[in-house]
This record gives sequence, structure tokens and C-alpha cells, in this order.
Amino acid sequence: MNIQDLAIRLSDLQSFDGYQFECQPIPGEVDVLQVTVGDFEELPSYVSITDTQVLCITWLFTEDEVKPETRADMMEEMLELNIPIPLSAFAKIGDRYVIFGALSIDSSIEDICHELITLSENAVESISVLEEFLK
Amino acid sequence: MSILKKIMTAVRGGAREVGELIVDANGTRIFEQEIKDADKHMRKAKQDLTEVMAKQMQAGRKAESLKAEISEHEGYTVQALEKDDEELALEIAEKIAGLETEFAEQEEVRKSFSEHVSRLKDLVKKAERQLKEYERQLCMVKTTESVQKASAAITDNFASSNSKILSAKDSLERIKKRQQNTYDRLAAAEELEAENSDQNLKQRMQAAGIGAKEKSGSSVLDRIKANR
Repeated sequence: MNIQDLAIRLSDLQSFDGYQFECQPIPGEVDVLQVTVGDFEELPSYVSITDTQVLCITWLFTEDEVKPETRADMMEEMLELNIPIPLSAFAKIGDRYVIFGALSIDSSIEDICHELITLSENAVESISVLEEFLK
Repeated sequence: MSILKKIMTAVRGGAREVGELIVDANGTRIFEQEIKDADKHMRKAKQDLTEVMAKQMQAGRKAESLKAEISEHEGYTVQALEKDDEELALEIAEKIAGLETEFAEQEEVRKSFSEHVSRLKDLVKKAERQLKEYERQLCMVKTTESVQKASAAITDNFASSNSKILSAKDSLERIKKRQQNTYDRLAAAEELEAENSDQNLKQRMQAAGIGAKEKSGSSVLDRIKANR
């Protein structure tokens, strides 16, 4: 599966579990697909495909948004939450905190849809929980 | 240094081409070549292995048939002795001696093939593990690179479309507001639905003459007359 295939298949789906997907390919050195799930317009997921995995990443916040004095506490909370949060995990890319899910390259379209929905819900949920650490 | 440690160092250093820092100037391609070479070696080792295993089986079969021939001739010797033909018995015994030498040689060959096989098997196992390890490391390097490039592409896209990345708090607020709106709309629709069905029931009851009757001028007049 490549990004173009995925975009077509996601757009073809009228809805999945009551959610609709909106896809927008992002040009660049690697193919990235921006996917918006239902009402979670402000927190899109970015899908990229490597040789072995399908990576779905949602940006949460930047280092600038974190209250510096609570940074260590926040990190600890994120580590604690990492396992309870279903299917997704916290990570950091550069100065950006993200939540992501990695799937096998052989995953079905249903698996990917499920992942994207869960990821969006998890993103909102985790920002709600971590809000106290943000400026 | 472990590959993860190298990745960490490269990322901390703000490198965009992680692969380059990890494997010389040609990036991950050298690494990929190494994997291809390791794969080729493993295939060759496996091919050698099957050939040697075939030879080992051949030697084994030959030894077995020699063994059978020996015991067959031992029988003949006994028969010759029973017939008191000492001379013939000796001749057969000499033949057995020749067979036994051949058998010992064949056994030697089989043993050396067996050792060769187990050595080759070890070699294949080692090559397979090495290959898996290379692939795992390459996967880590490639994923790191891919994520960095994807991240750069997204940032560039935001910049070129002049749209601003919202802060997490703002995003959350907007999403929650929108969700609240949706819930409110759903709740309103439900309420309306309930009212409609209530109205409907009332109308049907009235039609059937059940419940409070609608007030009319004549019924009011009747009541006043009755109270007079």
C-alpha cells in the first residue's frame, strides 16, 4: 500500500464507525497524507509509510507551549499514561510532542481507519489531561 | 556504539540526514548494500549446505549397503565352514575383510560430511541472525529519517499555505465547542421528536374522545347554565 492508494481508499469510504475522513496529500521528500477524522479538524493525523510500517502521527503541542516549571511532571505523566492509552503512544519529534500509532505494512484499510479514529480521540483526550501543564 | 545511540546523537545534533551520520557519506545505501551482500552469502551457504547434505546421505546409503553385504558374506562363510570347505571359507573371509575396509572408509567420509553439515548450518544460522540484525537497524534508521522528512514536509506545507498551527489548547477548545454543538443539536432534535410524538398522541386521544376535551362556547354556556 502506498499513500496514494490509501488516500483513494479513505476518501471512497462514506463513513467508518460514524466518522468521515478527509485526506490531503502533502508534497515533500517523503509522501505524507494529512487525514482529518470527523470533527477533529484541528488535530489532523499525518500518515507516512515506510518499508515495514504505516506510521500515523498527530501533533499535540510544542515545547514552547509547556510551562517550563512543570515540564518534568508532565513527562512523567506522559510515561504513566503511555500504556493505558489504547493503541497510541507519546513521542517527541524535534521540539514537538506527538502521539502516534505504528501499524504493520500489511494492515488492512479497516485497521488503519480504526487506528486513525482512536488516534484522534486519544489526542483530544490527552490534551485534556495534560492541559494543566500547558501555558 | 548501538544504532539507537547513534540515532539519538544524530537527532540531538539536529541532523536531517540521520543515515548520513550513521553510515558515511552515501547514507543508508551502503547499509542496504551490506544487507544485500549478507543475503547473498546466506543463499550461497544454504546452497552449499544442501549439496553437502545430499553427499552425506549418499555416503550413508553406501555404508549401509556395505554393511548388508558384509553380514551376507558372513553367512556364506558359515555355510562354507559347515560344508568343511576351509579354503572357500577363507576366500570369502578375505572378501569380507576388503568390504570392511571399504565400509570404514565410507564411514569416515560420512562423518566428515556430517561435521561439514553442522558447520554450514551454524554458518547459515549466524548469517540469518546477522541479516535480521542489519534489517532491524536499517529499519530504525529509515524510520527516523522518514519521520524527520515527513515532519519537515508538514511544516513547509503550513508555511506555504500561510495557515497557522494552532496551539493545543486552542485546538482542544474548538473541538470541544464543536462537539458540544453537535450534542446540543442532537439533543434539540430529540426533544423536538419527543414533542412531536406527544402532540401526535394527544391528537389521536382527542379523536377517540379520551382525555381533556377542547373547550368550546357551547360547553362553557352549558356549565354556566348548570351553575345558575
